[in-house]
Amino acid sequence: MLCALLLGFFGLWQLQHAIDAQLAATHQEEDNLVLRSGPLLKAMSLEYAPLTADLYWTRAVQYYGNKHAADQTDIELLWPLLDVTTTLDPNLIVVYRFGAMFLGEPPPQGAGEPKRAIELLQRGIRANPEYWRFYEDLGFVYYFGLKDYRSAANAFLEGSKKPGAMIWMKAFAARISEKGETLETSELLWREIYNSSSDPSIKKNAKIHLQLLRARADCTQLNSIAAEYQKRTGHYPRAMRELVDVGLLPAPAVDPEGYAYTFDAEGKARLNPASPLFKEQSNQQKIL
Amino acid sequence: MSRVGVVALNTFREAVRDRVLYNLVFFALVMIAASILVGQVSIGIEEMVIVTLGLSAISVIGLLIAVFIGVGLVSKEMDKRTLYALLAKPVRRWEFLLGKFGGLVLTLTVNTLAMAAGLFLALKLVKTSADILEASVLVAVYFIVLKLALVVALALLFSCFTTPLLSILYTAGLYIAGLFVTEMRNYQSETMSRVLQTLLRWLSYLLPNFENFDVMAAAAHGRVIPRALIAQNTAYAAVYCAVLLAIAAVIFTRRNLK
Amino acid sequence: MATAAIEIENLTKDYPFGFLHLRKKTSLEGLTMSVEDGEVFGFLGPNGAGKSTTIKLLVGLIFPTAGTARILGKSISDISMHADIGYLPEQPYFYDYLTAAELLDYFARFHDLPAQERKARVDRMLKKVGLETARKIQLRKYSKGMLQRVGLAQAILHDPKVVILDEPMSGLDPVGRREVRDIILELKQAGKTVLFSTHILSDAEMLCDRVGVIVGGKLRGVGAPDEIVGMKAQGMEILFEYAGASAGLQCLLSKATQTGKRYQLRVAEGDLYATLQQLGSAGAKILSVTQVKATLEEYFMHLVEADRAQAPAVEVSGK
Repeated sequence: MLCALLLGFFGLWQLQHAIDAQLAATHQEEDNLVLRSGPLLKAMSLEYAPLTADLYWTRAVQYYGNKHAADQTDIELLWPLLDVTTTLDPNLIVVYRFGAMFLGEPPPQGAGEPKRAIELLQRGIRANPEYWRFYEDLGFVYYFGLKDYRSAANAFLEGSKKPGAMIWMKAFAARISEKGETLETSELLWREIYNSSSDPSIKKNAKIHLQLLRARADCTQLNSIAAEYQKRTGHYPRAMRELVDVGLLPAPAVDPEGYAYTFDAEGKARLNPASPLFKEQSNQQKIL
Repeated sequence: MSRVGVVALNTFREAVRDRVLYNLVFFALVMIAASILVGQVSIGIEEMVIVTLGLSAISVIGLLIAVFIGVGLVSKEMDKRTLYALLAKPVRRWEFLLGKFGGLVLTLTVNTLAMAAGLFLALKLVKTSADILEASVLVAVYFIVLKLALVVALALLFSCFTTPLLSILYTAGLYIAGLFVTEMRNYQSETMSRVLQTLLRWLSYLLPNFENFDVMAAAAHGRVIPRALIAQNTAYAAVYCAVLLAIAAVIFTRRNLK
Repeated sequence: MATAAIEIENLTKDYPFGFLHLRKKTSLEGLTMSVEDGEVFGFLGPNGAGKSTTIKLLVGLIFPTAGTARILGKSISDISMHADIGYLPEQPYFYDYLTAAELLDYFARFHDLPAQERKARVDRMLKKVGLETARKIQLRKYSKGMLQRVGLAQAILHDPKVVILDEPMSGLDPVGRREVRDIILELKQAGKTVLFSTHILSDAEMLCDRVGVIVGGKLRGVGAPDEIVGMKAQGMEILFEYAGASAGLQCLLSKATQTGKRYQLRVAEGDLYATLQQLGSAGAKILSVTQVKATLEEYFMHLVEADRAQAPAVEVSGK
């Protein structure tokens, strides 16, 4: 009898694989968020709104993760999901921070909707007025997403007044209002995000940005060294080795992922096509 | 022991011997255990999930018990005629009612505490940050008990004069209506007459306000629940229950049994 | 100082029914009677006559539309009176999740008995009704007869002065009926007042000091079983054989019921000897002479038919 049961279950297990394969072939991944109205869902949840908020947040995270893993750039459901979640529970801090990052970022990292990100953050500020990090995120979105340096500086200034705010908020406010976008400021902002967030997606994203910024700085430096080379030899370098041979570099310069930089036809330094950073950079540049 | 107490303890004994009750409580404990897993899936909200899922499970299970057993408290005894021999004893009808009420509330309190113990155990296992305040979760559990007592009083009232099915519908209906009291109170509409709007406002005060007891968000986010609210809610539940029980007593005392 | 144990005066119960409860069904009309201290009183009547209604009114399960009643001098609306009465409901049903011992203990607690006393009484009662061995079994497993016995036990547990039993013999086998009869007799010997309702007329005849017959919500007759029946005594019945063809007997023979050679003849008590002589001298063989008593059953049926003739019988029970 027991054998029959075991055999039966084994058979079911195999069958299920077959069915799954069959379904996967025919199934079209249709994302749909049928109920988008936050207030409606809140009413339907009776007194269990915080629980529903958790469920929708989980769903949002899964949604973003799946899209990202499949290299799909269209994440139009992210905003509705986060909208619903924050309506159900306005005090879920992590949601606002996630939303600020991934709504504001251009594809493929994010949804490329910085205005939505601002809206979300303002909602977060209304519900949690003492949380200063929202102002940091706000400044961040204005700076990177909208390139609106005045608003960014204002955001950092407002945030610096909140309890617990770090000192550099004021510094950022001053720096941005004075100089607008600079490489140094950008790097500092990303570093702050990387250090303060516990969300692995956010951390990963910040890291990539930091690496790209570093690569840019490196390339600028390499260009000035290349100019020196040109003065000495009369032509631009074509490979890193040449700079090393002449003594201008102690060793071939490598990018943060460990790949040596290369030179293009005009002698400008750039990332090695083999480097993963190259792909990230071209993704970013596609949009611009 | 007072006669009310005798009836109450017997009602409690009846509930304890009912296997369905154990299954429901067990189910709630399973949910709480599951919440630990669910928490791992989401980022940054592990403890929140345990608290919200746990409190939700406790609340829903408690409501199911309160409604389904509550509506049969009196009607079942009348239908099955177990009541007949009892009423011939020197016990007043209101004493019987109060005893039934007390017995079920006692049952629910014990069950809720058992489930809450499971919840606190789960929290202890997962505790990563100091955000969740155990005190707030405890208050949330207490408010659930108050809410259940009010639901039992409602169910008991209906049980005195109508069939179990209708009692379930009325009780559930009043419970849901009681969750939207604030909206009712503040309802503004151009199309509705002033009279109707005023009536709606009065209705919002008359209905049992179950929103008062909803502190799940506060408990989940580690916010302190003010002492004044605890006292006020206790008073509200006590007074409203007393009113409902008084009405039930009046109805039942005059009722001709079959 | 002879107040009756139970005094009922003009007790009436109407049940509204129909659309908007505009129509009325009178379940009990103007019942006036009393049960004396220490007597066993039987309530007789067909289904729906009002016996159960009367009992439920006395015990406080339903409330009278008019009239009053007193038990042991206290009004039926006085709850303290319940301490001195015991009640067995019709077709009793108890909490099936309790055992017999637990149920009796539960009921005993309402009578303010100290714990020791309670335990002792419960044990005694269980023994008395023959449920000693089943005391730890949950009531859901009990047969109907056993439930009836538990019901009886809880009715007399607290040693009440007045015991009211609604159809105590219903659903019992002959052994069970005998046991209940014995208990009722015991109660009588102990000086208790017993009021019970029943269909079983022979039991009423055997046990009751007095009976009351209710038909169609009205009390038709009260009195000792003999008295009631005696109102309709029918004289003597002579059973005899006669094969002859005496002319002098023709008159008599024509009044008799004939089956073959046997005749059944009814005569008034005063005419008995004259008739016997006449038959004897005509050569008839006297087989038997018996007193014809109308049984309670005949009286009963007579009343029922009379009531039905008045109003078309709608057997609407008050339930």
